[in-house]
Order: sequence, then structure tokens, then C-alpha cells
Amino acid sequence: MVMGDLVREVDVAVVGGGPGGYSAAFRCAELGLETVVVDASRRLGGACLWEGCIPSKALLHVSAVLGEVERAKEFGVDFGEPRIALDALRKWKAERVVGKLARGLAGVAKAKGVEIVGGRGVFEDSRALRVEGDEPQKIRFKHAVVATGSAPSPLPGAALASDRVMDSTGALELSDLPERLLVVGGGYIGLELGQVYTALGSKVTLVEMTDGLLPGVDRDLVQPLARHCEKLFVKIRLGTKVTSLHEQGSQIEARFGEGDTVAFDRVLVAVGRRPVSAELGLETTRVRPDAHGFVAVDERCRTADPRIWAVGDVTGEPMLAHRAMRQGKVAAEAIAGRPAAFDTVVVPAVVFTDPEVAWCGLTESQALREGRPVRIAKFQWAASGRAATLGRSDGLTKLIADADTGRVLGVGIVGPGAGELIAEGALAVEAALTAEDLAATIHTHPTLSETLMEAAETLLRPT
Amino acid sequence: MPRPFVLPDLGEGLTEAEIVKVLVQEGDRVQEDAPLLEVETDKATVEIPSPVTGRVAKIHVQPGQTVKVGAVLVTFDEEAGRGGAASLGTTLARSAPPADHTTSATQRAPAATAAAATRGSGPVAATPATRRLARELGVDIHTVRGTGHGGRVSDDDVRAAAGGRPPASAQPAAQPVAPERPATRKPLAPVGAEAPALPRFEQWGAVERQPLSHLRRTIAERMTLSATLVPHVTHFDRADITELDAIIRRNVEPARQRGVTLTLTSFLLKAAALALREHPQFNASLDPAAGELILKRYCHLGVAVATDRGLIVPVIRDVDKKPLIELQGELAALAQRVRDGKATLEDLRGGTFTVTNIGALGGTGAVPIINYPEVAILGAARAREEPVVLDGRIVPRVLLPLSLTFDHRVADGADGARFAAAIVRRLERPEQLLLEW
Ligand SMILES: Cc1cc2nc3c(=O)[nH]c(=O)nc-3n(C[C@H](O)[C@H](O)[C@H](O)COP(=O)(O)OP(=O)(O)OC[C@H]3O[C@@H](n4cnc5c(N)ncnc54)[C@H](O)[C@@H]3O)c2cc1C
Repeated sequence: MVMGDLVREVDVAVVGGGPGGYSAAFRCAELGLETVVVDASRRLGGACLWEGCIPSKALLHVSAVLGEVERAKEFGVDFGEPRIALDALRKWKAERVVGKLARGLAGVAKAKGVEIVGGRGVFEDSRALRVEGDEPQKIRFKHAVVATGSAPSPLPGAALASDRVMDSTGALELSDLPERLLVVGGGYIGLELGQVYTALGSKVTLVEMTDGLLPGVDRDLVQPLARHCEKLFVKIRLGTKVTSLHEQGSQIEARFGEGDTVAFDRVLVAVGRRPVSAELGLETTRVRPDAHGFVAVDERCRTADPRIWAVGDVTGEPMLAHRAMRQGKVAAEAIAGRPAAFDTVVVPAVVFTDPEVAWCGLTESQALREGRPVRIAKFQWAASGRAATLGRSDGLTKLIADADTGRVLGVGIVGPGAGELIAEGALAVEAALTAEDLAATIHTHPTLSETLMEAAETLLRPT
Repeated sequence: MPRPFVLPDLGEGLTEAEIVKVLVQEGDRVQEDAPLLEVETDKATVEIPSPVTGRVAKIHVQPGQTVKVGAVLVTFDEEAGRGGAASLGTTLARSAPPADHTTSATQRAPAATAAAATRGSGPVAATPATRRLARELGVDIHTVRGTGHGGRVSDDDVRAAAGGRPPASAQPAAQPVAPERPATRKPLAPVGAEAPALPRFEQWGAVERQPLSHLRRTIAERMTLSATLVPHVTHFDRADITELDAIIRRNVEPARQRGVTLTLTSFLLKAAALALREHPQFNASLDPAAGELILKRYCHLGVAVATDRGLIVPVIRDVDKKPLIELQGELAALAQRVRDGKATLEDLRGGTFTVTNIGALGGTGAVPIINYPEVAILGAARAREEPVVLDGRIVPRVLLPLSLTFDHRVADGADGARFAAAIVRRLERPEQLLLEW
């Protein structure tokens, strides 16, 4: 190590510059703590900005526009065949979207006096971090925040090292448009990217090991999406495992279960993400990740080591950026001695497909499974004026309320714009509103938000 | 590392304080327990000592500012080597839960995820801001009963659970008396009933708006709370203290030789304390949430003291157990501390019943407002020599007009009358006071 003797002292060292890490760092700085962020890529944003939420949503916007163009034919408007310039699209995504936001984050860091150190952080003990890489140094900290996030899981039992086998990061690079794409995994990443590639012209086959798309989500919310995907994709194979992948010339042969083998030009493996907690030197601290690699934290986001805190994907499900950000702020305030706690009731989730699926809080299947006394209202968008004007009557808004008090415990929405609409549901559950509160709030007409009000009204009627 | 030092929990009823003086400067090194700041709480000016030995990295407050419990006052660079676990904020009010406690109370539950939303009997029915308030006040929100629609827990429910503290005013703002600062609107804390809007007085002539002092605000909020919450009822009586008056006169000189000025107030305190033994429901607090009366097995009496800043009620402990001469000495010292603004928090807290003697200012009687959460207050007006018919003859006697105001939820008129009579009896037959203590 050339500069191995460089030791610096800080109040807070944040390992990982994703949404969890930068939120923690910014808040620490605001609270007067000297803070550095160590990130292997020497930039802020993490998976979310560089290979997750942002680029995927940029591409999904493109596919939504293409979907609207296609639908416009229904009302007599024909734009002709779209022509897609992949170079321009990549450039727009990289510069106008990701690049712009990245510069914004870097600017905020500078303004708040948060320094970013490039390199891999490795704990040496509960007080010190070694930074490996171009800027080797040692950082002594009073508190550390582990925000190392997650990485794509490889395909169990069938991993294959090949350019043609991509994870979500590779798929978002859009290096070419495969004619035939196999998407392994029917979770939100597989569905989102499957739709992107379909819109851009690939023929997509999707396989999912369990017997339905979006495992864990209420079936009535998934159904409109599943029906649309059946139209978009060449084939959806449920209850199917990919047992092997073989590179055969310029194609990949995938074997499904014990049965047939099909050839594809590329394969996208989207079978989940696993926490990044190995090779972090955590064994020199009192932090002990569990068997899956997750780091347990208490309500203040503190690990078993009193000086070490953890936020974001590395702390467990749901692995979502907005959860990471909230945790980051909680950890920062707790470090500063404030009575903060991650006592959040709901972490809303959105699948940004066409149609969008969003939910928060208690799900219907969970309520049934646990035998909870609830009342459930479902409002079909076929009865929504706004949905009719959009030519999208395939949506559904669902409210799950406590049977006694009418308190809203969960909300599920499928349909275009569900990702925006769910914010009202999250607020309702988080703030303990009742169905009556939603029903008595005027919602603008004609909008899709009225479906929440309408669903709430049905709950006010006697059963 | 920088250690933020927050305004500690000041105990019952105290949710905020006004910074009077900052006694250190940024960069100063201070020893543990050295004075840092002077704050005026509800009723006293208190010095806040440093919880650590270290360097003052940053001062977050300035004189005149009103700060809430939990607000950061000073950030320290703690001296190396001192344990990180030292909990700040315990020095001021040793009986109050340490600052750390607030947060540790929230540690029990494992990391919340979406799943937490649906565990057990459902998530707490409170907004995120209310939940934060609960953490700040050290209240386990899971134990608070929500009074709102659908069982919602409101800010007021949380504050009530925190010990009947009056809801604190909306935000700390600049101190009102400083003329150079722009007047900031600072509404008094609401107590439930909303006052209707005031007319525009300007239409009838010129007016001047004066911001309330910190103490005035506190009194206003406390009195509104008590008068709004408690159904007051008052019982009047008169005590013939001719004999007591003579005893006091005879003993003024001997007492003075022992450094004590004998006054009627100490006898009032003693008589009340002894009568409270017989009528414990007046030495109590009502817990409406639990539907219980909390009887206090101690007898700490508040004495109303008028100061040029406003009314302050310091507390004398164990009045029932102390010899009169000692009571009298303590009372004088306490009143002096209060008038000098030097009373400590301990001087002001923990009262169970209040005595207010307005005799010095004349008048024939007054109905004071109960010092919530106590349940009764004894008012004494000026004792006068009056013609009294005794055994068929008109004789001059010294009569002391008394009023006993109490919480009608806790006791009825007959109870009040009996309690007042128990006080009167002791004042009329001072030898009883002697025999009882
Ligand atoms: C395709 C895709 C789409 C997604 N879409 C959404 C979405 O729409 N909405 C949503 O909420 N979430 C979405 N996510 C998930 C979201 O990206 C993550 O939940 C979020 O980024 C987690 O943030 P984090 O701070 O925990 O960690 P990350 O964002 O993973 O950041 C961790 C950072 O730590 C760095 N690091 C790791 N180890 C070290 C080390 N030893 N030393 C130094 N640095 C290190 C990494 O380089 C990385 O920069 C998506 C993810 C993917 C892959």
C-alpha cells in the first residue's frame, strides 16, 4: 500500500453510496457530524441510480410510450411503425437521465460537505475501516453505517459465465437487441425488463419457478398484468425451472425442468438479489450477518455492534430504495442522539410494468391466511370515468380495512398510474386513516384517484 | 466525537424552557458538572450543568429562545477515553428518565418491515409525527389508548400519557420581550375548547399588542387547562383564630431569636396537612384514563408566592411531619429563593395540595384555581377583628375567611365541608396542632 499510513478521523464513515448510504451521510452532515462515504465505484447513487430504479424506469417510460402509440390505433391515430435508434436511447438514458441525477447527487454531497472516497471498505475493527483501491487509506470512525446494498443472485444450479447470459445490470446496458430473449424469473425485475425488451422488439419468453407471476402479491392484482404479458410475450412458462444453460455457438440453449431445450440469443437472469456483506471484514466487529448474509438491526438501525449501523438492502426485505432512504435518515438521527426510529408501518411497493401494480400494508391473502377480521372493497376501473377516457378499464383498486374500526390496513392497485396512486394508500395506512376519511375527502374528477374514494365508500355501506 | 446535549426531561408539567444565559462559548473546555446554561423553566431559573468533560463544539441556542425538551442545546467534542455510553441529560432531573431511555424504549421491536404492519393486532393507530412525539416524551405508544375516531392516538393522548403535561405550544420562537426582534405569533397551547376569533378592537380605538412573558404564558396555559378540565366547586368557611393569633403574637420574639419570623401561613400549612390525613382524597390526583384516584402517601404542600414576574408555587416536603418552627424557616428561605429567581426544579415539583394566602393584599375572599393535577386548593383572605356573638354577648374575635376549592369529580360538597371544618377546627384550637404532630 503506497499511502497505507494515511489515517483520518471522522465522526461517521458510511460504507456504500447507494440511496441508503447517501441519505444517511447527508443527514449526518446536516446534523453537524463529519461524514465520509466510501464507495467502490467512487460515486453516489448505488444500484438504484446506476443499475436499478432509475435506468429501468427510463426504459420503461420508453416502452410505455410505445404501448400508448400502439393503443392510439384504437382511437384512430396511427403513427406508423416506430423506429428505435438504440444509440440515441442509450445516450439519453446515460446522460440526460442517470448522468444528470448523478451530477445532482454529487452537487448535494459537495454542498453538505460530505466527502466521497473511492475504494472498497473493509472493517479492521469496530473503530476503523481500511479502504482498498486507488485511494488506499485508513479511516477511524466514531460510527459506521453499512450500506453495501445487494447484488443480483446467480441462477442456482445453472450458472453460466457468458456474455449472452446477463443479469439486470447487463440488461440495462442495452448492448444489443436480442431476437429471442429468455427471462428467468417472474418477479418485478424480470417482468419490467421483459416488457422493455418486448417494446424494443425482442421476442421474450419468461419462465417462473412458482405457479404465478409476482409471487406474494394478491392474484386479482396480478391478473390484469399477467393477461397483458401473455399478449406481449411469446410464452410464459409457470412452475418451470431452468435446469441448465449451454452456450452453443452464438446462442444459449436452456433446458426447462427435465423436459425440452430451447435456444435463445440472450438470457436475462432475474431470480432475486442477495445482500452484500461478505468480505467486508465484519468478522472483526460484533456484526454477524445471518445465513442469507443479511445484517440484523434494531429499530434505530443499529447492529449488534454499538458503533456500527446498517441500512438498505443489506438489512433485509423489502429491498427497495425508498426503504433504504428512510432507514438512512433514521440511522443518522439516531447517531446524532435523536430519538429516531424506523417505526414505519408500510413500505409501499410498485411494479412499473404496463399495467402497473402497486400495494402497501396488509394484503388480502395475508389477511385470509391470518384470519384477520377485515372488510375488503374492490373497485373495478370499468366503472371509472377517467379509466374510460384513457381507454384503460382493466384496472382494480382494492382496500383492506379493519372490520371493527374501518381503519385502512392495506391498499392494492393495478392499472396505469398505480405507482403514483399508491402514495395516497401509503399515507392512509401510515397515518391510520379510516375508510370514512378517504370517502369523505374530495378527489378530483375525473381522475383515477377517485377509485380510492369509491372503494372506501363501498366499505361504508352496511354489509 | 460530537455529542449532542439535549434539554433533559424536566419532570412533570415541564415541556419547554427559555434560555436565559449561555455561560460558555464555542471552543471552551468544560468540566463535568460545570454550569453551561441558565434556563427559565415554568417557574424557576435553573442552571444546567455540563454532563461531560469536553470541548463545546457548537452552541445551538441563544438567550431568549424557548426550547422544547429533547432539543439540542450544545454539541460537545467529548474528551477521548470517556465511555460512549454515558447518557447525557440525566444530570438535571435525576428522577426523570435519562435521555437515552427515550430511544431505548423503542429498541425492543425488531427491525420493522412491511410485515410489521400486519403483526399482532395491527399497527399503532397514530401518524408518524405522533409516534415521534411519543418517542420524544418517552412514552411507549403501544400502551396509549387512542381517543380519536377508529381508536386513533392523537398528540394530546400521547401528552396525557406522558403525565398530564399540558400540550406544549406549537414551536419555539424568539423571546417576546426583546424589542429588536420581530413579534412572532406564538399561540397558547390549545386545551380542547377553541376560543372564538377576537373582534378587531382597533375599530373602537388604538390598541397595543404585548407578547406574553414565558412565565405568563405558562400560567395562562396551566390555568386554562385546569379551569377547562376540572369542574371546580368552592366551599367557604371562617376560622376564629383569636387564640392562634395571640399565640403567634406571643411567640414572635422568641422565634425571631431563633432566626425565624413566625407567620400565619406556616400554621395554615400545618393545619391543612393534618386535615389531609383525615381526608386523603384531597391529597390525590385523578387518573381519568385509568378511572382511578391516585392517593399520595406523602404530603408536600405548595405555597403560592407572588413575584414581580408572576405567580410561582414552590413546594415544601413532608409538611405533616415537620415541626412548625422548621416549616416556618423553610418557607421563608423558599419564598426568598423564588423571589430571587433561584429556585431549583426540586423546589417546584411534587406538590400534592396548595395553600394560597392572599391576606396581605386585603380583600374578603377569593376563589383560586386548582393547581392541576392536584385536586384542591385552600385560599385564605385577610384575618380581621370582627364583632361575634358568643354566649349571648357581642365580643371582638379575629376571624379568618377561608375558601376550599376542589375537583368535583373527586369529592362532593359535603366532603369539602367536612375537610374545611377539619382545617378550621385545628386553627381554632391550636393545642390540637400541638397534640397531633
Ligand atoms: C433492475 C432494478 C430495478 C429496481 N427498481 C427499483 C424500483 O423501481 N424502486 C425501488 O425502490 N427499488 C428498486 N430497485 C432496488 C433498489 O435499487 C435497491 O433497493 C437500492 O438501491 C438499495 O439501496 P442501498 O443503499 O441499500 O444499496 P445499493 O444501492 O445497492 O448501493 C450499495 C453501494 O455500496 C457499494 N459497495 C458495496 N460494497 C462495498 C464496499 N465493501 N466498499 C465500498 N462500497 C461498497 C456498491 O458499489 C454500491 O454503490 C431496483 C433494483 C434493480 C436491480
